[in-house]
Amino acid sequence: MKAWSRKNIVNYTMFGITGACAIFSVGVLIFILGYLVYKGGSSLSLSFFTQLPAPIGETGGGMANAIVGSAKVLLLASAIGIPIGFVGGIYLSEYSQKSVAFLIRYTTDLLNGVPSIVIGIVVYGLVVHPMGHYSTFAGGVALGIMMIPISVRSTEEFLLAVPMSLREAGLALGAPKWKVIATVVIPAALRGIISGTMLDIARVAGETAPLLFTALGNQFWSSGWNEPTATLPVMIYNYAIGPYEDWHRQAWAAGFVLLTLVLLINVTARLALSKGTYVPRG
Amino acid sequence: MSSVPLAGKGALPSGRARAFYRRLRAGEELAYTIAATAAASILVITALIVIELYSQSALSRSKFGWSFLGTSVWDPVAGTFGALPFIYGTVITSIFALLIAIPLGLGSAIFLSEMAPARISNALTFLIELLAAVPSVVYGLLGIFVLVPFLRETLVPGLIKPALGSLPVFHGPFYGVSVFTAGLVLSIMIVPFIISVSREVLLAVARDQREASLALGASKWQTVWRVVLPNAFTGIVGSIFLALARALGETMAVTMVIGNTPQIKASLLAPGYTIAAVIANEFGEASGDLYRSALIQLGLVLFGVTFVINGMARILILTTRKGAHA
Repeated sequence: MKAWSRKNIVNYTMFGITGACAIFSVGVLIFILGYLVYKGGSSLSLSFFTQLPAPIGETGGGMANAIVGSAKVLLLASAIGIPIGFVGGIYLSEYSQKSVAFLIRYTTDLLNGVPSIVIGIVVYGLVVHPMGHYSTFAGGVALGIMMIPISVRSTEEFLLAVPMSLREAGLALGAPKWKVIATVVIPAALRGIISGTMLDIARVAGETAPLLFTALGNQFWSSGWNEPTATLPVMIYNYAIGPYEDWHRQAWAAGFVLLTLVLLINVTARLALSKGTYVPRG
Repeated sequence: MSSVPLAGKGALPSGRARAFYRRLRAGEELAYTIAATAAASILVITALIVIELYSQSALSRSKFGWSFLGTSVWDPVAGTFGALPFIYGTVITSIFALLIAIPLGLGSAIFLSEMAPARISNALTFLIELLAAVPSVVYGLLGIFVLVPFLRETLVPGLIKPALGSLPVFHGPFYGVSVFTAGLVLSIMIVPFIISVSREVLLAVARDQREASLALGASKWQTVWRVVLPNAFTGIVGSIFLALARALGETMAVTMVIGNTPQIKASLLAPGYTIAAVIANEFGEASGDLYRSALIQLGLVLFGVTFVINGMARILILTTRKGAHA
């Protein structure tokens, strides 16, 4: 066997080229992380978390209202998206017939692919326009719609991974089907479903485009659910394209906070999943 | 058996009624109704999106018709709206992004699924999944403050202009924000999607196919090239379509680096505009029904195109994944 045959040389060359592609892709992530830690970390201060944005022209201030605003919007989005997605996923895996399941699954995948800016203008027409004003509520609806598809698909995948024999054992004991689903199937898939839900929240947490015409933005505190509210991603956008040096600094700080949050949720959720579990994605 | 009524099929009418009553008492019908309602609401929401976009763009559609897509004057003051510069910008940035992302993404996917040792592959895959989670506004932030200055001061005057400046696609002055910049940012953003979907498609190729090839004395690469890739071809094309749909609809990062100028220039170094970007910039301040309607019609166009491309992508991926978990 010739060690340096053409076959082997090509093999090692391609190993190197494809490996370089993979290393480059990972390198981009490391660069992004590193740069945000460097720029954002140095711009971050306690006042970022505790103060309102400073009036235009003044330096300092923080994004406390945007942090709370984002949390409220995400809470509402979860309250809308997760129940519908979760129960819809149960329907797909436990109840549906093949043809119906295909239609719903296909529609879910297409809904997942709808550009986020389009969701923004649709929710503007359905919620903001009739109500007459921008609101936390409208922002929550927009992100809630975006959460549904991933929630459906991940719930379905993890439920389908539960062995059929568990269901049969439950039914053989005389339990009604819903009881088997609620007490046997769902608990068996719970870890996966929770991880999937966390990934879902992390995904919409960084969404900006659907919030531009729904939650809008606010330089002050927003009370209740009916007022426009600041959110972290929209603040990052507005501050980054703004003309002031101090805004840019704050945009970096906010970007650092947002990215840290999103990646922390991602790492936790993915580590919680057992090895080799299939994670559905967009 | 009688305590677990599964279906009333074939039973006598009275028996069917009794079975239904039993299921009702056991909560079965209620549970089924709730589950089916949740699933049906997905169809309803998707239908609502279509209806809303269609009806809200009625004004613009009736005024401009199909010529909306082919004219290039966008003048809100005069009330003339043509989508061509935005369609052009959207298509050109996406194609440019694919040109970079396809080799990079496919190369990485092949390395991760076929060439690399399992431990390295698992670690790198984990990191690439994280890359897919980076919010688009963060890409935009890096685009504005890192990529734009780097291109303006270093890469373009130092390398691209001297080497390729004679090509029409690199003609003209360069200010940092451009179609070129937007394409670069987009390419980085869609690489993780190509990698993760292609990798899954590659892994779904039957193991015995690989073993048969290796047993005949083929190297790993020969196996990849002659056996695995041909088997996974449709699925890979599907992953590329999926990434294309992402690129077409991507808003924030592109808006921040493309320069937002509605024009059609041969040069990639000139600023441009995309459909998603013009909606993001102008929808909030659109005064007048026709202006708003024209922007919604742009949304309808974007929705239609991504809907079709995503639809094809899913079918292509399903056909290769058949048998594995679909």
